[in-house]
Amino acid sequence: MSTRLQSGGRLIDRSKTVEFSWNGKTLNGFKGDTLAAALLANDQVMVARSFKYHRPRGIVAYGPEEPNALAGLGEGDRFEPNQRATTTELFQGLTAKSQNHWPSLEFDVGAVNKAMSRFFPAGFYYKTFMAPRSAWKHVFEPIVRKAAGLGAAPDKDSRDADRYEYFYAHFDVLVVGGGIAGLAAALQAGKAGAKVLLVEQTADWGGRAPVDGVEINGNPAQNWIDETLKALEALPNVTLRNRTMGSGVYDHGYALAYERVADHTPGDGRPRHRLWRLRCKRIVTATGAIERPLSFAGNDVPGVMLAGSVRDFMANHGVSIGDRVVIATNNDDAYRTAIAVKEAGLDVPVVIDARTSVTGDLPNKAREMGIRIAEGKGVSSVYGGKRVTSVGICAQAGEGTKTEEIACDAVAMSGGWSPVVHLWSHCGGKLKWDAEYGLFEPDTDFPPKGADGQQNIWAGGAAAGTWKSEHEEVFSSFDAMHSGIEAALEACDSIGLKAKKIPLPKVAEYDEKPPLPVWSMPQGQNKKLQLKTWLDYQNDVKVSDVRLAAREGYESVEHNKRYTTLGMATDQGKLSNINGLAILADSLNAEIPQVGTTTFRPPYHPISFGAIAGEARGDIFKVIRETPIHNWIDANGGFWEPVGDWRRPYCFQKPGESVKDAVHREINQTRTSVSLLDASTLGKIIVKGPDAGKFLDMLYTNMMSNLKVGKCRYGLMCTENGFLSDDGVVARLNEETFLCHTTSGGSDRIHGWMEEWLQTEWWDWKVYTANITEQYAQIGIVGPKARQVLEKMGVEGMDVSAEGLPFMTFADGRIAGIQARPYRISFSGELSYEVAVPAAQGQAFWDAALEAGREFGITPYGTEALHVMRAEKGFIMIGDETDGTIIPQDLDLNWAISKKKEDFLGKRAQQRSHMTDPKRWKLVGLETVDPNTVIPDGAYAVDGTTRPNGVKNMIGRVTSTYWSPTLNRSIGMGIVEDGPDRMGDVIDFPTVDGTSIPTKIVDPVFLDKEGARQNV
Amino acid sequence: MLILTCPYCGIDADETELASGGEAHITRHGAGASEDDFETYLFMRKNPKGVHFERWRHANGCGKWFHAARCTMTLEVFGTYSAQVFEPPKDLIAKIKSKRPDFEGFEK
Repeated sequence: MSTRLQSGGRLIDRSKTVEFSWNGKTLNGFKGDTLAAALLANDQVMVARSFKYHRPRGIVAYGPEEPNALAGLGEGDRFEPNQRATTTELFQGLTAKSQNHWPSLEFDVGAVNKAMSRFFPAGFYYKTFMAPRSAWKHVFEPIVRKAAGLGAAPDKDSRDADRYEYFYAHFDVLVVGGGIAGLAAALQAGKAGAKVLLVEQTADWGGRAPVDGVEINGNPAQNWIDETLKALEALPNVTLRNRTMGSGVYDHGYALAYERVADHTPGDGRPRHRLWRLRCKRIVTATGAIERPLSFAGNDVPGVMLAGSVRDFMANHGVSIGDRVVIATNNDDAYRTAIAVKEAGLDVPVVIDARTSVTGDLPNKAREMGIRIAEGKGVSSVYGGKRVTSVGICAQAGEGTKTEEIACDAVAMSGGWSPVVHLWSHCGGKLKWDAEYGLFEPDTDFPPKGADGQQNIWAGGAAAGTWKSEHEEVFSSFDAMHSGIEAALEACDSIGLKAKKIPLPKVAEYDEKPPLPVWSMPQGQNKKLQLKTWLDYQNDVKVSDVRLAAREGYESVEHNKRYTTLGMATDQGKLSNINGLAILADSLNAEIPQVGTTTFRPPYHPISFGAIAGEARGDIFKVIRETPIHNWIDANGGFWEPVGDWRRPYCFQKPGESVKDAVHREINQTRTSVSLLDASTLGKIIVKGPDAGKFLDMLYTNMMSNLKVGKCRYGLMCTENGFLSDDGVVARLNEETFLCHTTSGGSDRIHGWMEEWLQTEWWDWKVYTANITEQYAQIGIVGPKARQVLEKMGVEGMDVSAEGLPFMTFADGRIAGIQARPYRISFSGELSYEVAVPAAQGQAFWDAALEAGREFGITPYGTEALHVMRAEKGFIMIGDETDGTIIPQDLDLNWAISKKKEDFLGKRAQQRSHMTDPKRWKLVGLETVDPNTVIPDGAYAVDGTTRPNGVKNMIGRVTSTYWSPTLNRSIGMGIVEDGPDRMGDVIDFPTVDGTSIPTKIVDPVFLDKEGARQNV
Repeated sequence: MLILTCPYCGIDADETELASGGEAHITRHGAGASEDDFETYLFMRKNPKGVHFERWRHANGCGKWFHAARCTMTLEVFGTYSAQVFEPPKDLIAKIKSKRPDFEGFEK
């Protein structure tokens, strides 16, 4: 059984008991434990069910590479699925639940999948759920959805109770990894005067060295670690952060670090996670190495653990995985585990070593301790269901015939170590294969490069792989520190920071023999055993799956990964990668480097969505632009809809009134009396200078340079492709100054468009632009009584009468004592004054208008009434009638395209053959035969014929469709082939329910074609 | 996440401050242009694997357009310069040639 030993555990405080809950049971651990350590201390060897087959699974690893021990952590608003027990620090009151089982971890109905595993081979999703097509929606998809994903999603009504934040920071050198290599690198860089950030993903510094009993300068490694930390803390240019993972490296030295500030102290008021958004001139990755599992049958039975992790749990937490621990290995390092287990007073019945001759210092020491070493042997199979009961031994060279069975309750396995090359690889660093040690390592000839074209990432320590291999021990502690120091020296030197090399520590070395690359145990493992040999625990991918996929033609490593799901989800190549590649290479009779690796992508390890979102939630998720009238609208029944970055009211609902009724009331009020519109969102751009007219002549399709001072003109803007991009009214304020109105969503884009042409094409033209959209409130007083309202408000310094201020002119003066500029422009077809006042006076003007209009029943109206009224008048709307493929000619806007101008943006494009094609769909009005039927948005018109591909032939589509309360019938606008020549024809708009809406083609202007209503 | 130095305000601008504007030094062909010239202007882009001259705007900064010479493979930035020139500055071309002997120089 797994248990807490009487002594040991460098990270725990045995005087501080911590109570936590596991699947509803209350258990105890110690301060300094991880959840995984505490579970093992309580003999919870089986901690999860696997994803696909629901097999019992135990803890395999000590760190973030753990594939199985995922749990649902916390409750209510703090519940989070898929939290790794090995990286979760224990705290008082922690609650955790295991995953992937029903009804309980011990008894799981889904485990029947295990018996069906023959029917779930690689790619079974693609093979099983094929036909009939109709089964997808009702049978397959619900099954797949239920089975997909790991833990349960949080309750949809829960809200994250924590807060998160970003840190933005710049450093000369970022050192990732706080083991002895990273500490040495940071010290070297710090001494060189670099501004350094050193991050370590765990709570503790020093990495593996203290666990492995390394001695530095004749003392335990911990002494050197403590001294170095002190030295680093004394350097003002060095920042240290534990519980902070280097998550990803991106272009030009951008890096993300993920700090778990308060995961272990939930609710203490600090932000839970902090995302460091870093710009680093240089980066040193000292991210260590991850041990590989061995591929033998039953390697997923609870109680089988990585050998290095076994001694991590012992040394750090005083927790043993079992009383009788069989070791299976292909390398010398696993003997450290054998020795540690033995020294703890527990039994090591045998070390099964695939190598035929085992002669290193560490194996010899194990032999001297009386540990049996079975040379040239492999594991035929591990026996046991919910935990290990025994191990079968076979010849490594054979097919797996069991020659001996040894009772035990745990297996420690080691397939060698893989350098953590993720950060090196994220941004283009290449890898090379070291065949002797069987590992991919950073290829220093092809490093990642920064903006200056120079190397910007160096690897140090075990992450550098075999490094210079001057020493017998491949991942020796001396090499680790030496390579870390060298990496830091080179990194600093490359940014002009010269420094003396810090003294190299002295480390006792072992004579370590190279491992034997073992990708399959035994080497000729028979097919039956392959079915029980796991490569990827988390995704339930077996040796048989990878081989099958290779046979089916998934030979590219990237294809094989996706077909089998090997290395997907949170693993991302940490545990499964090399073994899977090796099996694939073997299946293809290729060498491992030819097969290559899958792409390493950030994040190295999952980071929380909270950290990514940072503080952007609730009101500050998206910044909203507010008009000066925004708060009034909000307080007076405004029913908001987003328009660009603005919010505009769709309508103003009165108590008990439906949205539809509100819209109709607003329209009727406008058409019969007077209403108010907050039009402040309209873009307002000043274009000024001697060449302003010439410039606007290029921007608009019509002539603007001949516009008289004091007059307004409607204009269209097109892109160089000829397509309509924006429209609006231009007013000439004086000889050199124009004010261009844009659509509400278009002001920034059009201002940018103007600047682009002025700065990059016509930079010698004397024109300035300024976006003054937010400097003015613009309020439309609209309806037959509009002038009376103005007069009642009190007009000074201008004449707003029909003669004094005719349609399409403006004046400057004061209204209600407020500096005001009324424009006689109309988007509703009614008598209309759009009055611009300084933004700060907007609300005062609005209030004055409401007061003056009270006797006329004045009411504000929203965007829907605006839309319906403009459609009644046949006015186009950018974004409704246009979609980026529409030219003005399609919309009967030829009157707004100058024939006199030599050139304007879009002119040449509008002469291209496709643009002049008479068959282009053109704007018409649409009148449903049944006046009560409103055509659905987006409906297409058909002519009853069928295209060669079997689809109904489409001859047009609806672009605007509304119920018109003014006309008491449905109206629409659309574009139809030959439409303008087919007035009076009836065409069909099929609907999704299979019926059709017969609709008459009519003139798009439904109301007051002569303009009598607005010209009063 | 590129960093480009804005030649107007001198700031090493993060990509989040910038808006890209495609290939630089494109000659505008407007009304009256031949079909070929117009096609070239509107659609044809070099899209090289290697040295590229491109337009950027310091959109969330000073608002100015500028040009950058950048390697599309390694993302190395050789330099940034004014948008108000018809071709890259000579010293920049020389600098690129010194770093990339294969580079044949700027061609319209």
